[in-house]
Amino acid sequence: MNPTPSIMSKPSESGRFGDFGGRFVPETLVPACQELEVAFTEAWADPMFRAELDSILKEYAGRPSILTECHQLGARLGIRLLLKREDLNHTGSHKINNVLGQTLLAKRMGKKRIVAETGAGQHGVASATAAALMGLECKVYMGAVDVERQALNVFRMKLLGAEVEAVHSGSRTLKDAVNEAMRDWVASVESTHYCLGSVMGPHPYPWMVREFHRVIGNEAFAQCQERIGDVPDVVVACVGGGSNAIGIFSGFVDTRARLVGVEPAGGAAVGRGQPGVVHGMRSYLMQDEYGQVLEAHSVSAGLDYPGVGPEHSYLASIGRAEYPTVTDAEVIEAFQLMARTEGIIPALECAHAVAWISREAPTMQGQTILMNLSGRGDKDVGQMMEILG
Amino acid sequence: MPGLDRLETRLRASRDAGRKLLVPYLTGGLPGWTDGVRAAAANGADVIEIGLPFSDPVMDGPVIQEASQRALDAGATPVTILEEARSLDVDVPLVVMCYYNTIHHPGHQRFAAMLASAGIWGAIVPDLPLEESGPWCAAADVEGLSTIMLAAPTAPDDRLPLVCARARGFVYSVGLLGVTGERTSLAATATALARRLKAVTDVPVIVGVGVSNADQAVEACRVADGVVQGASVVRRFMAEGADGVGEYVAEVRRALDQGF
Repeated sequence: MNPTPSIMSKPSESGRFGDFGGRFVPETLVPACQELEVAFTEAWADPMFRAELDSILKEYAGRPSILTECHQLGARLGIRLLLKREDLNHTGSHKINNVLGQTLLAKRMGKKRIVAETGAGQHGVASATAAALMGLECKVYMGAVDVERQALNVFRMKLLGAEVEAVHSGSRTLKDAVNEAMRDWVASVESTHYCLGSVMGPHPYPWMVREFHRVIGNEAFAQCQERIGDVPDVVVACVGGGSNAIGIFSGFVDTRARLVGVEPAGGAAVGRGQPGVVHGMRSYLMQDEYGQVLEAHSVSAGLDYPGVGPEHSYLASIGRAEYPTVTDAEVIEAFQLMARTEGIIPALECAHAVAWISREAPTMQGQTILMNLSGRGDKDVGQMMEILG
Repeated sequence: MPGLDRLETRLRASRDAGRKLLVPYLTGGLPGWTDGVRAAAANGADVIEIGLPFSDPVMDGPVIQEASQRALDAGATPVTILEEARSLDVDVPLVVMCYYNTIHHPGHQRFAAMLASAGIWGAIVPDLPLEESGPWCAAADVEGLSTIMLAAPTAPDDRLPLVCARARGFVYSVGLLGVTGERTSLAATATALARRLKAVTDVPVIVGVGVSNADQAVEACRVADGVVQGASVVRRFMAEGADGVGEYVAEVRRALDQGF
């Protein structure tokens, strides 16, 4: 194996990746974050816990997810395009990896209830699913705007026994759902685990959630070895908070592969932000000249977030990964392109990665591109029906 | 410079003279807010907390969230609020309550200098826990600003002395598990934490979050040295203006003076 430590190893004692990360939470939550750090560290080193999680991932979530080659789209773009099919996991996205890990941990910690935030609803559905499986009470906070545009997922969460609360403060999207989930946790911390849905928030979340998604990168690395006998030239994923990207990057960060995280033009934390502190972490953040957090605007609810996970800020700052943007119009085009050429309807989030690949293909002729297809687009069909008339 | 902190010196003197400390909170930047501060000062406040509105106030409940949003919608910024604060001619120490990004964005030293030049005595930063507070505290110390640390009911016993050791001015004893806002009764945690703090520090202990009226203020002060009045003041200001604040602060002041 690699003799030098991985670029994506454990964060520092204070939870930092370079200058990013940390634990900027109200005093009330400090002991809970410390307790979680200890519990996760112990569980992650415990072969019994790992075996139980692996077993659930296999027999419940359907792992390993397959690798699909896009022959038509690849030929059309002049590249070799491989998809890591996280959309085929139970509940339809990569989110289940993290949620099964966290709920198993919550049970181990003796918690009876979880709270979660959700944007597109994928993390909310995954949380509601895992809570049903594990016998935990579940409450999901979702921005009122997202409740509107993702009505189907709201109903799915309720079917699964979760309570869904629409958040009417601020921009009424993912950012505000995180605020409200944190407010709940401040009040309920003794009985409740906050099941955060991305590689963001206070330490240990960015590290813990990355470890729960490392399975994506590990599988993809082995599958690429088997399929192409090499690592791909480029690894691409969409980035909101950045969990699916971190997951697949983790398998290739110490190889020669180029890493690309695609942000929406209206929510480009790395592309347009500056270092700032919100939601417990220091990371790139879209903010005004006084440090007020700006509202993100994206066609995709799951990427409608003005910040980004701190490890992405670190990877950007050292030049290991790049974070270009695509526009909503490019995304809508790409969504249809993948559906028509491959018979796969991607989540709008993932259509960002497709849009970047499609736009940049002329500069990558003959290269092998691995894209994380982190979610399926069923949830977006209603919204697309309206957009496309 | 423990012991030399001017806010702590002043509050200790009042406490040692038998006075319970009253700390009203008002969101800066609400139209007419400086009149609200003057009304609080004229009716028995010992310190006044000025909230600098932030887009993502995770420690605040609905009333202060709404006030923050109204202030932001009215165009308030830390710069405009501190400008107006500078012109306040009240004889009561003013401190700010601000979320950490408001400090982080301009930078620790620059923000500390901004506060000092506006005549502000100190700062409460609810999302900056002890472990992350070093750079800000250093900058605040240089400018002679008191960094008021929060202590929470969830803190284990060994954490409280560490928080108190870094506290300047007073220790903000968080009254309950939850965000700011009025409650029908005082949580048992309010007096329980104040008691634990009093056992480990001689710095004034002031209970805030969930102390909702004069009766609850008296109840909290059976153990604590004083109370913060946040949502109850802000709600009255938004409904009744500065007069409502003046009447309410006077009512709580009377109750505290008569109760002890």
